Amino acid sequence: MIEDIKILEAVERYISGQMSPDERVYFEQLRKTNPDIDQMVVEHTFFLQQMNRFDETRKLKNNLAETHIHLSEKGLIRSPRLKGKAKVIYLYNRYKKVSAIAASIAGITALTFSALVWSVSPEKTANKSDIVNLSRDIQSISQKVGEIEKKSQEMDEKITQVTTPATDLPIQYKSGGTGFLVDAKGYIVTSEHVIQNARNIAVQAFNGPDLPATVVFRDAARDIAILKITDKNFKSPGTIPYHIRRSGADIAEPIFTLGFPRNDIVYGEGYLSAKTGYRGDTLTCQITVPANRGNSGSPILNFNGEVIGILSGKQSNAEGAVFAIHSKYIVNAINELQKDSAHQLIKLPSASQLKNAERQQQVKKIESFVYMVKVD
Amino acid sequence: MKLDNNENALLQGLARNDKRAIESIYKDNYNLIQALVINNNGNSEDAKDIFQEAMIVLFEKVRSGDVTLNCQVRTFIYSVSRRLWLKRLMTMNRFQVAEGHEEMVSVDEEMEEHEKRNNDFLIMEKAMGGLGEPCKSLLEAFYLQKKSMQDIASGFGYTNPENAKNQKYKCLMRLKKLFFSQYKNESP
Repeated sequence: MIEDIKILEAVERYISGQMSPDERVYFEQLRKTNPDIDQMVVEHTFFLQQMNRFDETRKLKNNLAETHIHLSEKGLIRSPRLKGKAKVIYLYNRYKKVSAIAASIAGITALTFSALVWSVSPEKTANKSDIVNLSRDIQSISQKVGEIEKKSQEMDEKITQVTTPATDLPIQYKSGGTGFLVDAKGYIVTSEHVIQNARNIAVQAFNGPDLPATVVFRDAARDIAILKITDKNFKSPGTIPYHIRRSGADIAEPIFTLGFPRNDIVYGEGYLSAKTGYRGDTLTCQITVPANRGNSGSPILNFNGEVIGILSGKQSNAEGAVFAIHSKYIVNAINELQKDSAHQLIKLPSASQLKNAERQQQVKKIESFVYMVKVD
Repeated sequence: MKLDNNENALLQGLARNDKRAIESIYKDNYNLIQALVINNNGNSEDAKDIFQEAMIVLFEKVRSGDVTLNCQVRTFIYSVSRRLWLKRLMTMNRFQVAEGHEEMVSVDEEMEEHEKRNNDFLIMEKAMGGLGEPCKSLLEAFYLQKKSMQDIASGFGYTNPENAKNQKYKCLMRLKKLFFSQYKNESP
């Protein structure tokens, strides 16, 4: 093996041109007479070239990746910016050097400063009173901090005072069960509270059979759940005619809904009355539309056939105050669900096919996509 | 079309893997390619992949000494990206990319060369990945970072350069074996 190592070393020195002229002549002679050596030179040259190319391309790839992040963070290219963890890592890498320099400057300053203080301090014993003053200042500062804390405590108390009666108020969101398809492969959106304590879930299209379904996504905070029909007999009713709106809706925008407050599908019409929900909740909006037990999870559509929300409940002590979860949270929920490889093919309907159609036509098209959700 | 001096300087910079040149070419051309990909059933992530691969094709071209591009950088990148995206779409069973108004050039040779090089890259990447430590770092230090055997021996904790040399030899043989077993299988 020592022989082999020596030969390899010679080959490498030959390739990189490190041989003296005499040595080179000798080696070239050897190459001519010994085909094995010749073969080795050819092969090794090729291999080193491959390694160098690999290294160059790898460096380029790293440079490109960094450049992309850098330019999109600066807004110089129209690519989405980083979020969350990736951004922290990017910023860390970017400012690593700067912060190291900053830290060392801070260190130097601190050293110089303390040196200065040390060299000055023996002469100035009179400074003592200053120090006392300073510490008193600190004390008064800490007093102030204490006051602030007290104040914020008081505020907390006030807030609890505000919120406690609220829990006593008899707000009972009436639960029920309606859902609607968001992907023709059998994904149904409904309110989370509808299926909250469910053991078995079945969905039923108007005049259709019961189809077993399972919960594939739930978000109690946003009151959204996504069900997947598991029944093999489920046949997609076709392309979903409505579109899920990503942006907010406008006050006074006319709306309608379809739901199952009883064993028949019921149409309701109204308008968006406030952009926020109960007590200014930004998750929901307030709508004025007839709603009864069983309407929870109903789609709220505008007249262009865009879903703008999910009906989630109503305030029992106020007339006509019904609340709906903003449709953008459906989009968010679907995005979350897509991260799960089993559901990554889920796709929201792309465009509304209901624009400019008569209301009766719109309802006729939509009704086969709205399901009664049954829970035991 | 004649290249202006600025573009020539950028290409020379790219050949040296110079960050500023890369950033400049990136900034001036990325949006065009993103629009192409997004308008043809892609998303911004696809656009990034396609654009960066086109940059690699351009790099390979200028790196091989062919700094005389016979068209503008923009035209070259667009032509390559379009080909790359069309190829990607074909693997997804879609066959059309809408015609744009951009000027185009033939990039058949470059695409063929790139395919081969990309293949080589993947084989080497796999071989390096299968090598394990400390072999990988040892070979990279010697062959890529061009460190001396003396430095490597002290850096990797070998008692003397001879030991490091022995180890390096063994590692190289393993890497070559890994590389050529794949390379010979894949190339005719």
